[in-house]
Amino acid sequence: MTLAATVGILATGPIPITTAAADTHGFLSPTGVEIAFLLVGLVTFGAAIVTVTTRQLVHAALWLVVTLGGLAVEYLLLTAEFIAWVQVLIYVGSVVVLLLFGLMLTRAPIGRSPDADSGNRWAALTVAVASAAALVWVVVDAFRTTWIDLDGPAAGSTEATGASLFQNWVLPFEALSVLLLAALVGAIVLSRKAKAGAATTAESTSAARSEKDPRTEKGSRSEKEGTR
Amino acid sequence: MHLAYPAVLSALLFCTGLYGVLARRNAILVLMSVELMLNAVNLNLVAFDVWLSKTAEETLHSGQALTLFTIAIAAAEIGIGLAIVLAVHRNRGTADIDKLRDTSERHDPDGPDSDALAAEQSGEAQKAEATA
Repeated sequence: MTLAATVGILATGPIPITTAAADTHGFLSPTGVEIAFLLVGLVTFGAAIVTVTTRQLVHAALWLVVTLGGLAVEYLLLTAEFIAWVQVLIYVGSVVVLLLFGLMLTRAPIGRSPDADSGNRWAALTVAVASAAALVWVVVDAFRTTWIDLDGPAAGSTEATGASLFQNWVLPFEALSVLLLAALVGAIVLSRKAKAGAATTAESTSAARSEKDPRTEKGSRSEKEGTR
Repeated sequence: MHLAYPAVLSALLFCTGLYGVLARRNAILVLMSVELMLNAVNLNLVAFDVWLSKTAEETLHSGQALTLFTIAIAAAEIGIGLAIVLAVHRNRGTADIDKLRDTSERHDPDGPDSDALAAEQSGEAQKAEATA
């Protein structure tokens, strides 16, 4: 509703407002934050491109670390510091570690693997470029005269995020903890189905999984003891 | 900061992840591309939340709360997804999603041998499941 209200204000507002905004902000005089955002964004986008095109599977996971770290820096530039540190902890700290575990447990080849890309990569490239062009065009056209005000108190400080999370979003938060527990149990059940050779798989999967969330660590440990 | 910068970056990252999902053959690389798409959505949510909290004085911080939920769900998703990929790799010996064609309706144009091969493969799969 607030988005609609803002858009309505922008749409019905007189033209001098937009020209005044353009006067104060200007397209050709970017601020320092914008330049930093642009540079880090270029690094992030380049690392993402390498992630989806490299033929060395382990290198793809390592370039994914660069992409996720760059996104954490972008969150910091947008004054969302809590999200940035959660991004570093969860994504760089555990998701990438899990992906590397998965690559090694499926015996990914070290070095170039010739069949990393499937046969329909040109169709995929066409779809991706077309959707990128459409999305960028629509987004730039829609938000040409919109600026984020980054001055004043940070919008995403830990205090603000925690207050809103535990005042307004408590019930989804608790539901999410149930979902994490269900995911933990599901991952263990899926992993321990096999016999001898896979006992190490189940153990390392649950060990990597216990790094993910400190709240579920205790349950995972006891489950691991149970499998032993 | 101009709002177009984070919006354009997240659109580009989303399309990069889309290309990865469509073009990659290894299941774990597909999972990595899905993570890229989720991160693009997160960047969009954070940027619009910061914009709305200043412009419309919206104090609910729904964008950041949803970003945290998305991160937690992505962590759960990657755990379950990797467990499934490992189970498939154990039963079939491959994590190549182009070779997992048991529910495919199209028959291979190789001749009558392909059916026997498929029956043999499914028999092997059943045996693997029975031993598992």
